[in-house]
Amino acid sequence: MNSIERVIDVGGVGLVTLEGGTGRPLLMLHDELGFPGWMRWNAALADGHRFVVPLQPGFGRTERVDWFTSVRDVASFYARMLRESGLGPVDVVGFSMGAWIAAEMASADPGLFGRMVLVAPLGVRPAQGEILDFLGLTMRRHVMATVSNRRAEEVALMYGGGISPEQFELFEAARAESSRLAWEPFMHDRSLAHRLGGVQGVDTLVVWGERDQVVPRGCAEAYAKAIPGARLETIPDAGHRPEIEDSDRFIALVSEFFAAGKSSDGKSFARAS
Amino acid sequence: MQFNYITERPYRGLTEEQVYEHGAFFGMPNTMFDAQQASNDYNAYLDEAVLAEQVGFDGVALNEHHGNPFCLGSVLNVEAAVLARLTERVKIVLIGNPIPAHRNPLRLAEELAMIDLISKGRLVTGWVRGSGPEQFANNANPAFNREMFEEGHDVIIDAWTKPGPWRYEGKHFNYRMVNPWALPYQKPIPPAIIPGFLSRETAQWAVDKGYPYLGLGGPLAACADLTDFYADQYAARGLQAGPENFGHNMFVYVDETSERAQEIGRAAFTFGGGNGNFAKAQHTLPAGYNSPAAIKRLASVPQSGWLGVTKERLEEDTVDVKAVSMAEQKRRANVTFQNLQDNLQMVIGSPEEVTEKIKIVMRCLRPGMLFFMAPFGNASDEDRRRSIRLLGERVLPELRAEAARLDITDMFQRTPGTVALAPGQKRAPVVDHRAIAEFDASAEAA
Repeated sequence: MNSIERVIDVGGVGLVTLEGGTGRPLLMLHDELGFPGWMRWNAALADGHRFVVPLQPGFGRTERVDWFTSVRDVASFYARMLRESGLGPVDVVGFSMGAWIAAEMASADPGLFGRMVLVAPLGVRPAQGEILDFLGLTMRRHVMATVSNRRAEEVALMYGGGISPEQFELFEAARAESSRLAWEPFMHDRSLAHRLGGVQGVDTLVVWGERDQVVPRGCAEAYAKAIPGARLETIPDAGHRPEIEDSDRFIALVSEFFAAGKSSDGKSFARAS
Repeated sequence: MQFNYITERPYRGLTEEQVYEHGAFFGMPNTMFDAQQASNDYNAYLDEAVLAEQVGFDGVALNEHHGNPFCLGSVLNVEAAVLARLTERVKIVLIGNPIPAHRNPLRLAEELAMIDLISKGRLVTGWVRGSGPEQFANNANPAFNREMFEEGHDVIIDAWTKPGPWRYEGKHFNYRMVNPWALPYQKPIPPAIIPGFLSRETAQWAVDKGYPYLGLGGPLAACADLTDFYADQYAARGLQAGPENFGHNMFVYVDETSERAQEIGRAAFTFGGGNGNFAKAQHTLPAGYNSPAAIKRLASVPQSGWLGVTKERLEEDTVDVKAVSMAEQKRRANVTFQNLQDNLQMVIGSPEEVTEKIKIVMRCLRPGMLFFMAPFGNASDEDRRRSIRLLGERVLPELRAEAARLDITDMFQRTPGTVALAPGQKRAPVVDHRAIAEFDASAEAA
C-alpha cells in the first residue's frame, strides 16, 4: 500500500505523519515501540478509510518535545492536531500506549472521536496481575515479549533476523520516550478509569489477545467497564499484537465494528450539541 | 600527590556458587541476607578506613550501590558520617553520591554539609549519575537521569552558596523553602571530583563545572585519550590542566610474596565473576540512560560498549543466566583477571612488584590522586588488613618519592583552574605518551 509522508505543524512541532487509503479519516496511534510499518490489516481497512498515522514525537522520526512528561501531554498535543487540521470527529485505532493516548483524548473531549478501537490498552492498573515491566528487559526481550504467536507470517516479516543499527536506534528512542512518559506510575494513570466514565457517545471496541504477555486481561476489562457502552473482544491465539498475530480475526472484528457504525454516521460524526 | 584507600565493602556471607547461580550480584534476593554477617562487615570496613589513616593514606574513599551484596554501601553518607568522627586527618572522598537515585538534592546538601562540619572540612564530594541498577533500585527514571543529575547538582550548589531562604521551582525538583541551616565547613563549597568510565560526556561536564575528573578504569592509552580530551576542553577555556585535575583508580592487592598475593587476589577479585557480573544486561543500560550520540556509537560499533555491555548483549534473545554455565562464568572472570593485570588496571603482588607497576601508571597518566581499590569477594579481614599495612608501610613511601620526582601535584596543593594559558598559547602535555608507548611495546613483547 502506498503511503504519503507529510509534516504537520502542531504548535511549532513538525509532526511527521503517514497517510494512506481513501475514505473517512482513521487516526492510528502506534504503540510504545513505534510505528511497525504498513501491515495486512492496514491494507484491508484502507478501502474506505484514510489512515492518518502520526509518528509520535521523540520516537526517532518526529523531534522530541521537551515538555512532554506524561501521556496526557501527548494526548493534548494530538487533540490540538485534530482540531487544527479540520479533520473533524474521526475514528481512532490505538495500540497499547497509543490506545492509552486515545483514551486520554476521549476523556478530555469525547467529541474528538466517532468510534474508538483500543487494542491491548495500557493506561489503567489491572485489578489482578501487573503490566509487564518491559523497561526492565533488554530491547530484544521486550520486542519478543510483544508477540506470542510467532508462527504468524507478519511476525517474521517484522522481527525476523537481526536488528539493524537504524532499527536499534529507533527502538531505543521509542523505549526512552516511553520511559519519559510513564516510568512512574508504570504505564498507567491512577485517575484515568474514573475520567473514562464521562466518555459518552463514542462507540468503543476493546481488543485483547488472550496470550498477551505485556498487558494483563484486567486492563482490557477495566477499560470495557469504565467506558460507557464499550465492548470487549478477545482473540484466543494472539498476544500483545493481535493485528499481526491473528490478522484475519482482527480484520474481521474491526471491519465489522466500523461497518456497524456506518449506519450511524450522522450520530457518530455530529458533535454532541 | 594524594593516595586514597577504597573498598566496595563486599558482603561476605555468600558462596561464589550462590552468585553464579543467580548470574549477577544486582538483584540477588535479600532472603540471603544475614544481619550478623552484615553488621560484622560494616564494622570491619570502618575499621579498615581507620587503619588506612594510621598507615599513611591521605584519603579514604566511599562509593555507593544499591540492592546487591557486591557493595554494602547503600547509603554512603551514613558511612562517611561515621568516618568523619572516627578519623582525624584523612580526606573523606565520596565517589560519589548518585544524585538522580536520591531524588532529593536538598536532603543531600544537608547530609554532606553535616559530614563536612563533623569532619572539620575533610569532605571531598563526588557526583555521579549512578549506574543502571541504581535507577531500578530507586525507581529513578533512567530517561531523565542526566537531566536530574544536572538539575540536582545545581540545586545542591545553590543551596550551599545562595543566601536563604529562597524558593526553587525546576523541572524535576521543587522546594518551597531552601534554607538549610547546616552549611559546609569548607568555603565556598567542599572540593569535588567526578568519577567516570572513559565517558567524554562526563569529562566534558567536569570541565564545564571546573571539577577534576577521576578515571575509574580502562587501559592506559584509553585513559590517556580521555585525559587529553579533558585537557583540550580545559585549554579551550584558557586554562592549563595539570595533575591536580585528575584522579585514577586501580584494583590493588599486596601480600608478602608474589605467589600469595596472586592466590588471594585471584580468589577475591574473581569472586562470583567479579565486577563483570555486577548486573545483568537489562539493568546496566536502561532505555534513555545513554545519550542518542552514545547509542549511535553503540549501534554502529557492535564491539563497543560500556561496563562490558555491548549492542550484542543488549539484543540477546534470552537472558537466561543458566545458559552461561558456572564454569564459563569463572573462566571469563579469570581471563579478565589476567587482562586487567596485563594492562595495569589491576596490580597484585609483593610490595616491590606493586610499587614498580604503580610507578609506571604514575609516569604515564600523572594523576594527582590515586585510588587503590581493595579486593571483592570473601577475602578475610586478616588478608585485607595485611594488604593495607604493606601498602602504607612499604609502598606509599616509595610512591611519594616518585611523585616528588615527577612533580605530581594534587588538587589540595594547587587549586584546579588556577593556571591560565596566554592567548594562543598551546597547552602543555598532561600525560606521557612516550611512557605509554614504551609500556605497550613491552607488554606486547611479553
